Amino acid sequence: MSEYTPEEIHHHVKTYVMVFVALAALTIITVSISYLDLGVLPAVTLALIVASIKGSLVACYFMHLISEKVTIYWTLLVTLAFFLVLMFVPLSTMLVQAKV
Amino acid sequence: MDIPFTVKERPDTGLYNGKLGIWLFLASEVMLFGGLFSAYVFLRTGAESWPVGSDILNVPMATLNTMFLITSSVTMVMSWASLKLNDFGKFKMYLGFTILLAFGFLVVKYFEYTAKFEHHLYPSTNNFLGIYFTMTGLHVLHVVGGIIVIFYFLVPGNKMWQSDPDRFVNRIEIVGLYWHFVDLVWIFLFPVFYLL
Repeated sequence: MSEYTPEEIHHHVKTYVMVFVALAALTIITVSISYLDLGVLPAVTLALIVASIKGSLVACYFMHLISEKVTIYWTLLVTLAFFLVLMFVPLSTMLVQAKV
Repeated sequence: MDIPFTVKERPDTGLYNGKLGIWLFLASEVMLFGGLFSAYVFLRTGAESWPVGSDILNVPMATLNTMFLITSSVTMVMSWASLKLNDFGKFKMYLGFTILLAFGFLVVKYFEYTAKFEHHLYPSTNNFLGIYFTMTGLHVLHVVGGIIVIFYFLVPGNKMWQSDPDRFVNRIEIVGLYWHFVDLVWIFLFPVFYLL
């Protein structure tokens, strides 16, 4: 942890402020979009895209995932795979029902 | 007798143990909330009709809460950065703000829940409210847990800054990772329940 110099920390702080502004702006954008009558599918898609961007910003910059060790990347890759399986379970039942 | 690799990186992982530990815990948390998000998709796709969140829930209040949590994430990471710059006063200030914002979140959530109960809207009313109270309730418990741990490091636990500063900085980084995860979960809960 002692690898950061004070200059690097000051640089980090600037990044945190920029990420905060981006997160606040994206929150306003996603709330504004929800007031438009877009229909379910475009609304869900847009909201999930915005949420994913916000989530990635938090993970990459606040959680420092942008410069992390490979052990953590592997741990999260396996987690992501299982998470996708979890998400696919209800969707797969939908596909089965759609065929019937 | 000392616990190994609290500060020094373990040669095989390249990490101090606490950091790998918190990431493994967060991986289990992804599965916990993932299972519930999966249940949400299952309930919603199987339902004949599903309410629009904003018809039942209070979007301005939830937007305010989103801002509280985003800001608290920034103050959390700033408290860690302050320690890295050897500024203990600022560290305490930022960590104090983090707790205040977390309490702000809880207060808003309290008003939201009580408004629902006053209108006789309970978890048992329908599937939407059932999964809403389950997921946001579990999230609220995470916020409470975070407040307890952050308070520990702000007051009784801060003595370690004198005795073992490097280890203390790592502890703050770890609680920060947990706190950002709590923020991250809310970033998804907010649109899923309130905006869609």
